[in-house]
Amino acid sequence: MKAKLILEDGTEFLGTAFGSEQKNEGEVVFNTGMVGYPETLTDPSYAGQILVFTYPLIGNYGVPNKDLENGLHTNFESDKIQVNGIIVSDYSFDYSHWSAVRSLDDWMREEKIPGIYGIDTRMLTRKLREHGTMLGKIIFENEFAQEHELNIVDPNKTDLVKTVSIKEPKLYERGAKKIVLVDCGVKNNIIQAFLKRNITVFQVPYDYDFLSIEADGIMISNGPGDPKMNKTTIENVRRAMVKGMPILGVCLGCQIIALASGADTYKLKYGHRSHNQPVNEMGTKRCFITSQNHGYAIDSNSLSEDWREWFQNDNDGTNEGVIHISKPFFGAQFHPEASPGPDDTEFIFDMFVRAL
Amino acid sequence: MIKKGKPKKVLILGSGALQIGQAGEFDYSGSQAIKALKEDSIETILINPNIATIQTSEQMADKVYFVPIKTEFVERIIEKEKPDSILLGFGGQTALNTGVDLYDKGILQKHNVKVLGTTVETIKDTEDRFLFGEKVREAGLKVAVSQTVENVDEAVKAAEEIGFPVMVRIAYALGGLGSGIVNDKEELIEKAKRAFSFTDQILIEESLYGWKEVEYEIVRDQFDNCITICNMENFDPMGIHTGDSIVAAPVQTLTAKENFKLRSIGIKLIRHLGIIGECNIQYALSPFSDDYRIIEVNARLSRSSALASKATGYPLAFVATKLAIGYNLNEIENIITKETSSCFEPALDYVVLKFPRWDLQKFGKVNKELGSEMKSVGEVMSIGRSFEEVVQKAIRMLDIGMNGLVCNEIQFDDLDYAISSPNDKRIYAIAEAFDLGYTVERIHELSKIDKWFLYKLKNIVTTKKELEVLQKNDLDEEIINDAKKKGFSDKQISVLVESTEMEIRDLRKSFGIKPVVKQIDTMAAEFPAQTNYLYMTYNAIEDDISTGEEDQIVVLGGGAYRIGSSVEFDWCCVNSVLTLNKLHYKTIMVNYNPETVSTDHDICDKLYFEEMSLERILDIYERENPEGVIVSMGGQIPNNLAVKLSSNGVNVLGTSTSQIDNAENRHKFSGILDQLKIDQPEWEELTDLESAKDFALKVGYPVLIRPSYVLSGAAMSVVLTEYELETYLKKASDISQEHPVVMSKFITEAREIEVDAVSDKGELFCYAISEHVENAGVHSGDATIVLPPQRTYLETMRKVKIITKKIAKAFEINGPFNIQFIAKDNNVKVIECNLRASRSFPFVSKVLKINFIDIATRLMMGEKVAKVDKSSFDLDYVGVKASQFSFTRLKGSDPVTGVEMSSTGEVACLGDDFNEAFLKSVLSTGFKIPQKGVLLSTGNLKSKAEFIDELRILRNLGLKFYGTEGTAEFYKENGIEVETLFRPYDKEEPSILTYLNDKIVDLVINIPKTTDKEELDSDYIIRRRAIDLNIPLITNIQIAKRFVKSIKQFYDNDISVKSWDEYN
Repeated sequence: MKAKLILEDGTEFLGTAFGSEQKNEGEVVFNTGMVGYPETLTDPSYAGQILVFTYPLIGNYGVPNKDLENGLHTNFESDKIQVNGIIVSDYSFDYSHWSAVRSLDDWMREEKIPGIYGIDTRMLTRKLREHGTMLGKIIFENEFAQEHELNIVDPNKTDLVKTVSIKEPKLYERGAKKIVLVDCGVKNNIIQAFLKRNITVFQVPYDYDFLSIEADGIMISNGPGDPKMNKTTIENVRRAMVKGMPILGVCLGCQIIALASGADTYKLKYGHRSHNQPVNEMGTKRCFITSQNHGYAIDSNSLSEDWREWFQNDNDGTNEGVIHISKPFFGAQFHPEASPGPDDTEFIFDMFVRAL
Repeated sequence: MIKKGKPKKVLILGSGALQIGQAGEFDYSGSQAIKALKEDSIETILINPNIATIQTSEQMADKVYFVPIKTEFVERIIEKEKPDSILLGFGGQTALNTGVDLYDKGILQKHNVKVLGTTVETIKDTEDRFLFGEKVREAGLKVAVSQTVENVDEAVKAAEEIGFPVMVRIAYALGGLGSGIVNDKEELIEKAKRAFSFTDQILIEESLYGWKEVEYEIVRDQFDNCITICNMENFDPMGIHTGDSIVAAPVQTLTAKENFKLRSIGIKLIRHLGIIGECNIQYALSPFSDDYRIIEVNARLSRSSALASKATGYPLAFVATKLAIGYNLNEIENIITKETSSCFEPALDYVVLKFPRWDLQKFGKVNKELGSEMKSVGEVMSIGRSFEEVVQKAIRMLDIGMNGLVCNEIQFDDLDYAISSPNDKRIYAIAEAFDLGYTVERIHELSKIDKWFLYKLKNIVTTKKELEVLQKNDLDEEIINDAKKKGFSDKQISVLVESTEMEIRDLRKSFGIKPVVKQIDTMAAEFPAQTNYLYMTYNAIEDDISTGEEDQIVVLGGGAYRIGSSVEFDWCCVNSVLTLNKLHYKTIMVNYNPETVSTDHDICDKLYFEEMSLERILDIYERENPEGVIVSMGGQIPNNLAVKLSSNGVNVLGTSTSQIDNAENRHKFSGILDQLKIDQPEWEELTDLESAKDFALKVGYPVLIRPSYVLSGAAMSVVLTEYELETYLKKASDISQEHPVVMSKFITEAREIEVDAVSDKGELFCYAISEHVENAGVHSGDATIVLPPQRTYLETMRKVKIITKKIAKAFEINGPFNIQFIAKDNNVKVIECNLRASRSFPFVSKVLKINFIDIATRLMMGEKVAKVDKSSFDLDYVGVKASQFSFTRLKGSDPVTGVEMSSTGEVACLGDDFNEAFLKSVLSTGFKIPQKGVLLSTGNLKSKAEFIDELRILRNLGLKFYGTEGTAEFYKENGIEVETLFRPYDKEEPSILTYLNDKIVDLVINIPKTTDKEELDSDYIIRRRAIDLNIPLITNIQIAKRFVKSIKQFYDNDISVKSWDEYN
């Protein structure tokens, strides 16, 4: 069956449907990673988005099983596909890998996620790059003829974090040291990163009043959407700072820390979504390759005098991390937990653990 | 930025002649290194006798030495030039080995020369199997386990420790018994017993049969920043040399977990080893689990790094140079975006496929199976947006007569065997098997190729089957579009629906189906990039760039390196483009060989990394609407396209295509020569055996036979008798109306002369006459060539010049051309004429210091060029070009030269006289001056007698002689002592083979003489053994004599070491 992606400016991309044949909409963003679709699609930070893979061949190694470790999926970053739709150039119906249990197409059908293949994804990417991220809608052949009101809801104006955060607190017991993990849409591998280091993790909903909990540190997770939407979380972090507990933020979590410190954030034209983002550690000769997925950024000029820019993107000079000059508060805009992506910056977890 | 310690003067070691395993990729890496150093105002000195390279051109290094890359020569250059640093990583294994030797002998230390980048100690850790294994284990990583054993019990013990199945490796595979996998103790004992019957040592190795083979390219700076630039996955599983493997980039069947795990392992190991600059790491990855083994690390630029550079657009060699001189990664500008730094890992939004090109049919007796020894002579790289598309493109790019994966005239007697034993035709066997209904599972079982790749091949066959039941009229937009997305050419479609290529082209265009132009920008369109690196695909709908500017000129490149066409044509293309740039044209380069400088995006205004088929060139032409196309620089591929292009409306620049046709068509060419009263060897085109015999009788034996049907693999041959003629025509080539053979009189005892020239609208503008050292009969591509001629009569030279002028006028030549002559007693005959640049253009241009390509390009563009001063041709020095053979790599091949070309590369050196230039050249191809003894087999009586004087010279130098009975007796009568040895078949001692094995002999002169079967085979064994033991072998009497004269002159005298600019 034919399917179309229609962008908010009216541009249409015609291709062939795969996955679930159920129309959907969202913010259209692109990711330039060449592997890792099972991890990427389940990353809660993609909630509300239609994801374009710039690498043309997708589906090659199928989809792995749902093995659990510590009650967490080992092969996925959350329990379900988080994106609203998938756009690729060449979908591979046949797959081959020892770890695969089914095809991407099967998985998408089960999770009711639509996809289109046969799209000039480079053309679409260039469009998004030039115009900036746009809203879009996936529709199917049987609806082509009908009138289409585009009015797509901008997911960034909704409480996206609420939809991906856990509803009730959850405890992962390990060693004596314990952190509170504020779940704004956390990736499994962040939890694993702490469990691997023998840290007890108390995972709480994004708006949970965590200040009453006995803990050695606070971790604010990644998550989708505009950081400024998370007013309660920002306020809670501000209060935590007063207490002086070690705080680590990743991605959205980093932006929330910055907002709590009084700094400002803004929307990037088309965001950073890839596994190859170079970041420079300020004041050193070190550069790291990082995995990223964010559409907003911290305005480093707005940092108060107690804070400094920790990392900077080598491509476009945008902020990639902030650190307090004397207290154990720091955040990384990129994903030190990788998955998918390079693990060059895992040392950030070690730094945080040392500070507990 | 670098504040202190930046080098001021750097010595760069090149890689010498192209040979199997070490080819054009090092011209690319060396050229980039020089550019990177020059940008930092560092003085550069380059040693490389490969005169046809871009890196040895005048605009590149400050000083160029065309001398052998050997310790003694390099040391003298170090003494003379006093460089403060040296780069060892840009000239392949040759440079690396020489560098290690210089270091071990204390030469670098003595002269205070610093090794830039990775240290020699680290290089040694990666080169030595044992040290490497230790280092990997130190880092807590896994390397394939292996043990050397000396008897059956030890073998069993080792195998049990490692765990069955194990790989049994036998160093010298004799009698058809090779390495192989054994599954249990019983099989092992049997195999080991047989092996120990002729060898003392075997290797028991963990079996990685069927594992995936993957490679990563990694760079690291001195601040420990370490990133991976590209990953690649072999289509063929473990066991086939990566140089002989079909390789995809990026990896296709690896999950993110596997991919990033291997990336981390690589970075960990590279940090542990302490590599600075660029390196390549190879892994075996289990197809059943996440287990892996590290196979090897190459701590230098390699074939894979050249491929990775072209596949990603990331300039690895350039960056590696900057890192070696002390930059850190984010200080180096990204030359693609001009805005960001080099500290990033490219993201591809296309797929790349490398396909090797083999020329195995050119070698007698060679084993065609692929294994751990590389056999390919070149490669192509295709770019597209589906795997099906890149497979079919790549196969066409090979230029071996295949239309793609399917629609080829090729048949297999035993399909299962052709699929299970890796060989140069395996992929076509897989296609055939799918056509016959084999399942993916069955083919996977036979080949162990990952099923994902097989599914993709099957998709192509499925489309083929859908098309072949259709007629042209059945084709609609959707069907054609689908076929084009799967890489079908118009020609393939036309074969399947019984139409013509042009009809399908017109139909396709009528549906508006055209390929689009996409950029390679290293980051999948994430940022704007001004890149001019382009490819075309049907798996997209929008062009990345606007096309069709004014003043554009297209230059067609040389395609895959193969025997007969390699780096020389790349030099011609690049020089032509550089001249066009100077003339303010916008240049468009089309080529698809990743080992070249012409495919560097900073050479031209637009680089189309694309097929050079009629279809694709017309696609580019129609879109770019250039002023014209240059077909005379890239060798035979563009030359063959010339007529078809112009009949489809393309403006071909230079000599007119009707004249190219006149020269290419044997009948027309011959007729024109007759009209011009220019002599040529008698020839005839024959369609049956009887008339062939009659012709041979008429002109007299020997005759040269040239089969017209090349695909059969039948080679050109010289036959001496009617019996040989019959055998040849019955066996090698089926002579018929459809497949005629061309026979010509083979003139012996004659001299061959070559003219490389440029003509201006029919007027000869400049020319160079060179002469072959060997007598006629050795292919011009294999011959040793000297400029200016040393022994040709003035009268002959005058005649050659007159004929050249006549031909230039008659064919209205406008541009470069080359004529080959045969001369005997001042009779001059034309044997071949090409209205394009030839293999020897860089040689004559650099020896004469007159750039023939620059002149030719200017004249073709209608520019006025000042007459070349006559005195320029009057040299006070001599240049000699010698050929490089790769017989060592081609196990079993007979290392003799003949009418078919078999060399893989060449070098050229300059000298104050003929002997000096000759000796430097042959030393550059791996010859050594004998110190002990010479094994003689000097051919027939005449050549034996001819060699007496030379033997006296060698005797006076203190060398001993060995030979068979006949040879010994002959020379004894002439007062020269030759120790008699037994031939291989005599099985008696003292035997020739023992003397070779024990290295009592350090030069073999073996001149083939008779057609006597036993003698031939015996000689073959001797020649082969000499090659296998790396003992210099001479098979031509003129070369033998010249070699002796040269070593006599330099036995006690140093050879002068002068840079190119010191010869004037």
